[in-house]
Amino acid sequence: MGFIKKVKKNFSSIFKSLFKKKIAKIGIYGPPNAGKTTLANRIIRDWTGDAMGAVSNVPHETRRARRREGVTIESNGSKVTLDIVDTPGLATKVDFHEFMAHGLEEEEAKRRAKEATEGIIEAVKWLDDLDGVILVMDATEDPFTQVNVTVIGNMEARKLPLLIAANKIDLPESSPARIRSAFPQHPLVPISALDGQNIDALYEEIADHFG
Amino acid sequence: MDLISEEKMADMTAMEKIRLILDGVKEGKIMVLEKGLTPTEEAKLIEMTMTEITPEDFAGIEIESYPSSQNQKLIDRIFRKPAIRTRLTVIGPANQLKTLKKDRDLISALVSSQ
Repeated sequence: MGFIKKVKKNFSSIFKSLFKKKIAKIGIYGPPNAGKTTLANRIIRDWTGDAMGAVSNVPHETRRARRREGVTIESNGSKVTLDIVDTPGLATKVDFHEFMAHGLEEEEAKRRAKEATEGIIEAVKWLDDLDGVILVMDATEDPFTQVNVTVIGNMEARKLPLLIAANKIDLPESSPARIRSAFPQHPLVPISALDGQNIDALYEEIADHFG
Repeated sequence: MDLISEEKMADMTAMEKIRLILDGVKEGKIMVLEKGLTPTEEAKLIEMTMTEITPEDFAGIEIESYPSSQNQKLIDRIFRKPAIRTRLTVIGPANQLKTLKKDRDLISALVSSQ
């Protein structure tokens, strides 16, 4: 490391320790089935040894926000302690027929749809109470979904830090480059939350970005 | 289809805009907003939509807007708070409006009758 870079880094650490704010609350956001809970589970497991919640391929598996306090992430000499909030998938529509297509009975599908709408309301309300967001995008999908546009717009309007996790790079059709060109103004890390590909780069970016 | 001018929306509160949109969409209309909603209003619209979903009658909305941008003029960035520039937005019932393709400057959608 060069002398100037070292001085700059030391100065930055001293500055941060002098003006250290409370533990940052970071929300994990994204559309249903983007891999939010898979990522939350990986982060919590890697840094605390626990898990956050159940995952499945049925949309809206997470229907209540879950918060894990005091998760300390250390990477590349930087250290940050976060409260991590895994939020239900955001959507503008919830149709119980979609759950029936996944094999649920009608009554169960309607109950799940009702819970999903409540979960989305909760996720929107959390936006007012966060210090930053990890936006999980499915790198196999079109990045310009309304959910992505709305979350990014809200973070920009509030001037809060946002980090994009371009997930599912284990799939051959994934294209993090498409997401990068869609939202070039925000840092992006291509990852696979499922198999852990490039996850250390995400931790480095989290420690740097939210610290 | 209702095409709503920037001037009409400018005089309305956030809740009035959301009520106008949701009432129109629940009647089966496609609402085209010349100036769009702010990101905060979009989030509020999603929240309100969720409270009105009923299994048999209303499954929600399809909303498509271009990414908003901030005022990039140097003079504005120095002397005043950067303003969010909102853009044209199309909103319709989820069962009638389907987005086919979307990028920064083009929205391609399919509108069908109920």
